[in-house]
Amino acid sequence: MVKKEMIAMLLAGGQGSRLGVLTSKVAKPAVSFGSKYRIIDFPLSNCINSGVDTVGVLTQYQPLRLNTHIGIGIPWDLDRNIGGVTVLPPYEKSSNSEWYTGTANAIYQNIDYMESFNPEYVLILSGDHIYKMDYEVMLDFHKQNNAEVTIAVMPVPMEEAKRFGIMITDENRKITDFEEKPENPRSNLASMGIYIFNWKTLKSALLANAEQPGLDFGKHIIPYCHKNGAPLYAYEFNGYWKDVGTLNSYWEANMELIDIVPEFNLYEEYWKIYTRCEILPPQYLAPNSVVERSIVGEGAEVYGKIYNSVIGCGVVIGEGTVIRDSIVMNSTVIGKNCELNKAIVAENVVIEDDVKLGVGEEVQNETDPHIYNHGIVTVGEKSVIPNGITVGKNSVVFGVTSEADYEGGSLPSGRTLIKAGEEQ
Amino acid sequence: MRAIGIILAGGNNHRIKELTQKRAVCAMPIAGSYRSIDFALSNMSNSHINKVAVFTQYNAGSLNEHLSSSKWWDFGRKQGGLYVFTPAVTAESNAWYRGTADAIAQNLAFLKNSHEPYVVISSGDCVYKMDYNKILEYHIEKKADITVVCKDMAPDINVERFGTIKMNEECRIEEFEEKPVVAKSNTISCGIYVVRRRQLIEMIEKCAAEDRYDFVKDILIRYKDMKRIYGYKIKEYWSNIATVDDYFKTNMDFLQPDIRNYFFKQYPDIYSKVDDNPPAKYNLGATIKNSLISSGCIVNGTVEDSVIFKKTYIGNNCYIKNSIILNDVYIGDNTHIENCIVESRGTIRANSYHKGENGIEIVVEHNDRYVI
Repeated sequence: MVKKEMIAMLLAGGQGSRLGVLTSKVAKPAVSFGSKYRIIDFPLSNCINSGVDTVGVLTQYQPLRLNTHIGIGIPWDLDRNIGGVTVLPPYEKSSNSEWYTGTANAIYQNIDYMESFNPEYVLILSGDHIYKMDYEVMLDFHKQNNAEVTIAVMPVPMEEAKRFGIMITDENRKITDFEEKPENPRSNLASMGIYIFNWKTLKSALLANAEQPGLDFGKHIIPYCHKNGAPLYAYEFNGYWKDVGTLNSYWEANMELIDIVPEFNLYEEYWKIYTRCEILPPQYLAPNSVVERSIVGEGAEVYGKIYNSVIGCGVVIGEGTVIRDSIVMNSTVIGKNCELNKAIVAENVVIEDDVKLGVGEEVQNETDPHIYNHGIVTVGEKSVIPNGITVGKNSVVFGVTSEADYEGGSLPSGRTLIKAGEEQ
Repeated sequence: MRAIGIILAGGNNHRIKELTQKRAVCAMPIAGSYRSIDFALSNMSNSHINKVAVFTQYNAGSLNEHLSSSKWWDFGRKQGGLYVFTPAVTAESNAWYRGTADAIAQNLAFLKNSHEPYVVISSGDCVYKMDYNKILEYHIEKKADITVVCKDMAPDINVERFGTIKMNEECRIEEFEEKPVVAKSNTISCGIYVVRRRQLIEMIEKCAAEDRYDFVKDILIRYKDMKRIYGYKIKEYWSNIATVDDYFKTNMDFLQPDIRNYFFKQYPDIYSKVDDNPPAKYNLGATIKNSLISSGCIVNGTVEDSVIFKKTYIGNNCYIKNSIILNDVYIGDNTHIENCIVESRGTIRANSYHKGENGIEIVVEHNDRYVI
């Protein structure tokens, strides 16, 4: 008989719209992070390192990159005879068919998948955070307290608490109350969106709330369990945990990796992070190159100068080019004598010669100031920027652009140039 | 499928000195991220040969570890796959492999139980890219009994450690000398052969019955006038790594853009076991000129004209020049390394000085290392 003590359900269907053009073509969990990784590598690696070898990945928004990245799970040793990783997209049913309308609704639509493993516990994860966590320790905590639901929480500064779902607990970490993004928070324990449920509790809660539109864990399932008297506990986590939901937090989290001893250390032997990377060869640094305070992925060819940056696999950086405080993702090619300042350049971009990104005064972005801010220039995947173009701060370029798209050879700060429709 | 593959990976030799004290030549790290046998294995996989045997015996530990899973080369399958044969005590034999032909003879069942008509034999200590199907077609077209892949070496290269070949205008091999003191030709055998499976079984059985053990000496050379043995000349890059100088040179070749382009960028790819190392990290003070740096490295010092393999740590103020640093080496601060090959997993104390004065020095230092 098939039996797994705990299985994981990883929610990877979200768009992550605050990452702007970075998620125009890929779901947020598939966005590159830290040169060679993708965001989903962190929860997937945590699963296998914690001994959780059965993971359902719920996909919906732009799943192609995610599907090819996960494949049959070989990089994470999740290619198993029983269990392993399974990608779970929404599907048509005999009576109706619907998209995943909420986090818990997505789980509800896959009750049969979970049931087939006969689990005691189900771990709910989201695919958009950077952290290392031993879910087995959390499970021990869950068992010790005879909890039915355990919610991972982390202490945040009180002034930031109003941005999170806040748990109020007694001295034994039993949850007495919770509030979603409160004006005047009563506690600073923020929910990390990581839950362990007793399977029986989860199943009955999902079935009881099946008709609820947009069924959500934070809004519906947790309150339902609490109302019915199920013991809820908060598991406090004090390690590194980073939400990379906005361009600025994404940029910051990447930059933290280049510290001498980063707080989030990928170089430790213990708790490795695994990823799929087709590019194997070493990187080449030419006689006139300079690379300082940076991390660089496999197969990159560097002829220019890189300072304080995160460079992906297979990136080519031409002679005379200077890159500062930037993120360049896999397989992007940058020509000669370019200048990049605080730029995020997505995968497979071509930047021709003498291009300058991130120069001039900082001006608020005209279309999406809540996305493109902090002076970051963003270039979407497979974009082309022709010779000699200058792009200002808080600007965004996406698509195959030609000189005609730039008035006087430049895109001033704060402007948005999206030509994505044409390349399809 | 038309062919099965055999990779001869048993050898060791003194010409590569201390470097093979802990590993077979075929497991020697190459070009930062690979091992020698990856090239033959990837060629097999890319030529759609799905059933491949690796014969190994000397110091097979590293090699076995590298081959612990066959999925990296796409050999993890039900039909065919990767077979690793080490010598075993059987009712018929309790000998080590006494030669290449003997290795095949002791595992003749592998050949007998296959049904593919041809066998591609390659050595595991060569760096090259090849579509074996082209040789197979040539072999069929020439109605050859054995086809030997060969290459013209530059006149200034000493070919005395290779087998040298002379062919007539039809490419039939007329002379074949193994490791001649004075070579009559600068065309050498690359150690890659195509032969019909039944033909091979027949020759190997005969060989074994006569207590002969070497594929080149006892089959190729002895049969060269009786069987139709043809040469297939290649012009592409091919390099054997079985001496210290050739090993060094082969690695340094990858500093040239056209060679990197040929192996790394052009179809098909070379595969290897994936190590899950983080990206290479350059701290303040790192200066790198014309070098290859592999994943997992942390560099604080200066590196020039060198190949640095995976997971190497280079301390502050170090100066590494014209050297090869193998996997997982820790180099303490203020160290000078020039014209050296540093053996893997070594720990070099701070303030050390190593310089190969007459040729390449091999540095094997295993001091205590404190891992945090």
